Amino acid sequence: MRWFLIDRFEEFISGQRATAVKAVAMTEPSVDDYSVTYPRFPSSLIVEGIAQAGGILVSQINDFKNRVVLAKINHSAFHFFATPGDRLVIDVEILNLQEFGAVVSGMARVDGRIQSEVELVFAYLGNEFEGVQLFEPGGFCRVLRCLKLFDVGVNPDGTPIHVPQHMLDAERFDLEKYDQYFASQAAS
Amino acid sequence: MSTKDEVFEKVKEALIDALGVDDDEVTPEATMVGDLGAESIDFLDIVFKLEKGFNIQIPRDELFPDDILTNAEYVQNGRVTDSGIALLKQRMPFADLSKFEKNPVVQDFGNLLTVQDLCNYIAAKVGAV
Repeated sequence: MRWFLIDRFEEFISGQRATAVKAVAMTEPSVDDYSVTYPRFPSSLIVEGIAQAGGILVSQINDFKNRVVLAKINHSAFHFFATPGDRLVIDVEILNLQEFGAVVSGMARVDGRIQSEVELVFAYLGNEFEGVQLFEPGGFCRVLRCLKLFDVGVNPDGTPIHVPQHMLDAERFDLEKYDQYFASQAAS
Repeated sequence: MSTKDEVFEKVKEALIDALGVDDDEVTPEATMVGDLGAESIDFLDIVFKLEKGFNIQIPRDELFPDDILTNAEYVQNGRVTDSGIALLKQRMPFADLSKFEKNPVVQDFGNLLTVQDLCNYIAAKVGAV
């Protein structure tokens, strides 16, 4: 399975900024096994969580049709370790949007204290990657629903963002596929 | 109004920050790709830093004329045609194309841009004297 390193969005303003949360738990192997006798959430995974929140923020601008990848970490600073029980509040903001990508700032806080600060560069995969699909759209849509993106997401004018039609179509296709599978299982 | 020296210092700062190069590597003659090791993704970051530093907008096609270099009308057998060169000169008055003109192989174009070219471009944008 893919690692999802944010638990849900709490705020999401299309094309501008978002706030996500990540609860650090002892049950996560990455916390328990990373450093024996001193469980902590690896800083690299915090960057990945910030990148996931930022990547979704950038990708949503074009209804998730652009293939957005993390291309560069400009700066990163970590001020203390995140440990089990901590609730990381991740803020991401688009600093600059260009035809070929975006620059995003990210910050994670625990109880109001700044735990980490990063600046990330995202790129859109170009035509040379034609046909390369980063996510299966139906599954990705379900992940976004789980992250509460469509519950809290709004446009800059305050109107809610909606699930893009191509994702709804992909979800419907998946459901029909499952229905056919279960029907064939029941018949056999 | 900025002076050309101030433009160079700010451009240098942006390049040091974006490319992780040393202060003394950023000379006016240094090429962005060959000497400073800039990759395509770095230009996205550099453009952001320059836009922020100088409070200007930098349309991508002003610095990177991909549309000309991928147009069959201006490129034949991997070389930019005379009309392509003329258009490049018109589009990029800040860049010194004299060397490229002698052997205009498209794949060499990426290593053309120097720090001075970038400074010239910015200076024209901000009206530096």
